[in-house]
Amino acid sequence: MVETFYEVMRRQGITRRSFLKYCSLTAASLGLGPAFVPRIAHAMETKPRTPVLWLHGLECTCCSESFIRSAHPLAKDAVLSMISLDYDDTLMASAGHQAEAILEEVMTKYKGNYILAVEGNPPLNQEGMSCIIGGKPFLDQLKHVAKDAKAIISWGSCASWGCVQAAKPNPTQATPIHKVIFDKPIIKVPGCPPIAEVMTGVITYMLTFDRLPELDRQGRPKMFYGQRIHDKCYRRPHFDAGQFAEAWDDEGSRRGYCLYKMGCKGPTTYNACSTVRWNGGVSFPIQSGHGCIGCSEDGFWDKGSFYDRVTDIQQFGVEANADQVGGAALGVVGAAVVAHAAVSAIKQSQNKSGNDKSGNDQ
Amino acid sequence: MLSSQDMQEAAAHGRSVKAVYVYEAPVRLWHWVNALAISVLALSGWFIASPLPSQPGEASDNFLMGYIRFAHFAAGYVLLVGFIGRVYWAFVGNHHARQLFVLPIFNGTWWKEVVFELRWYLFLERDPKKYVGHNPLAQFSMFTLFLTTTLFMIVTGFALYGEGTLEGSWSHTLFTSWVIPLFGQSQDVHTWHHLGMWVMGLFVLVHVYAAIREDIMSRQSMVSTMLSGWRLFKDDKP
Repeated sequence: MVETFYEVMRRQGITRRSFLKYCSLTAASLGLGPAFVPRIAHAMETKPRTPVLWLHGLECTCCSESFIRSAHPLAKDAVLSMISLDYDDTLMASAGHQAEAILEEVMTKYKGNYILAVEGNPPLNQEGMSCIIGGKPFLDQLKHVAKDAKAIISWGSCASWGCVQAAKPNPTQATPIHKVIFDKPIIKVPGCPPIAEVMTGVITYMLTFDRLPELDRQGRPKMFYGQRIHDKCYRRPHFDAGQFAEAWDDEGSRRGYCLYKMGCKGPTTYNACSTVRWNGGVSFPIQSGHGCIGCSEDGFWDKGSFYDRVTDIQQFGVEANADQVGGAALGVVGAAVVAHAAVSAIKQSQNKSGNDKSGNDQ
Repeated sequence: MLSSQDMQEAAAHGRSVKAVYVYEAPVRLWHWVNALAISVLALSGWFIASPLPSQPGEASDNFLMGYIRFAHFAAGYVLLVGFIGRVYWAFVGNHHARQLFVLPIFNGTWWKEVVFELRWYLFLERDPKKYVGHNPLAQFSMFTLFLTTTLFMIVTGFALYGEGTLEGSWSHTLFTSWVIPLFGQSQDVHTWHHLGMWVMGLFVLVHVYAAIREDIMSRQSMVSTMLSGWRLFKDDKP
């Protein structure tokens, strides 16, 4: 008999009161109205726990580190009660052949009904030798487990975009999940790492409503990635007023002015940091005085300095930004125009004197 | 070189062509409004990318970035509306109004004229030719430098604008929804939009220089034509 979420939670010693509290908190964090609280409660009381298989490719485990710090819901509840996290080689107790056996068991028992969560990505160069899981390239394991999955969650920027191991020149050819798996719905939850509550929120949504959250064109859940950090930043009034920190130790920095001039990528980064914040809502990078580095955006390692507003352009081969390239081009053409004007003036005067002469001859 | 249509017009008015009405009022109006919009866009855009020094006082007492961004967005709308009007005029205006939008790349004579103009600019031709509209080289640079850059700036500009006005707004639906995924992310769109400003700056530099130079050295009026609409010729030779 498969246990429902509610049964598991009660078994864990959670009172019904706490359970309902948790349902309303979840509704609030998903941006849903109070009417959805009973629906969430009903779903958790009746639905069997969905098995989640969590694979690790080329990654740094920061996604897992973030996930286990989730406050609403607590990671403990997420792992032990909400989902049935049947395979996660970082968190699970078993190891070796035992661990791999669970993978096969879940894949047969819940064929087409389990969620595959992927942290990290497969490297394709050297036949995938840069990431070996259980004696085989990670790509093999990924394709094998993805075959019968209901949906795939790409945890973090590694699985979603490639992240640091895919930064130029990407020696191992680390490749994001959506470029190797084409026949399954993929939910990207980018960030390096993603916010803990965003991770558990996405899972909770999928279990509660038994469908994928609404995604944008790039495959990210709209409820967490619909707006930029900048749009909801508490320092935005300073931006609109034209008040900026110009150095890390200046008066503007102390007064908490906008970090735009210090290269903050808030205006180009889609994430929920400025609303959900981190570590149970304690703070987020901008609140601690450092600009956003845009870690949830595609290729953020290759966009030049974290501390420049107008960033470098790789295509030009040298480290140069738009202003340097444009300024140089304008300078060259400007010099050419001046030279051309000078020659034109000489030619014009020559022609004139030539014309005058021929006039005199007649 | 005078086109056949111009020659017919000329023949109807007597043998020697002294002046031809080239730029109709809407084209001239668009030209100067557009020039103003581009100036405002370049200046305000510059200060969006590299803001002015910090403003003193309370945040609530200042709205400098807000006003600069407003100027940028307002001028952007002017540019867009003007451009749509200009495209409309290409259909209903005279045949010179269409020259900006069409490159006769399959016309061998036209390419010969491009080469002739290049030679003229390289001081290899002693006498310039007469042109009623744009000379072929000018037409070429209008199309490649001005028209494509303007289109690129409208598309990327309103894609960035739509990021703020959010999903459901017309600019998000028309532009943001596909431009951002096309470039990969927003930062690259910012970078290329910024580069576009420099390309437009290059065009303005060459455009203004060539117009003034031709006004002095060629056989027809240039600068005054964009004010009055009339192309005046300095001599009676063909």
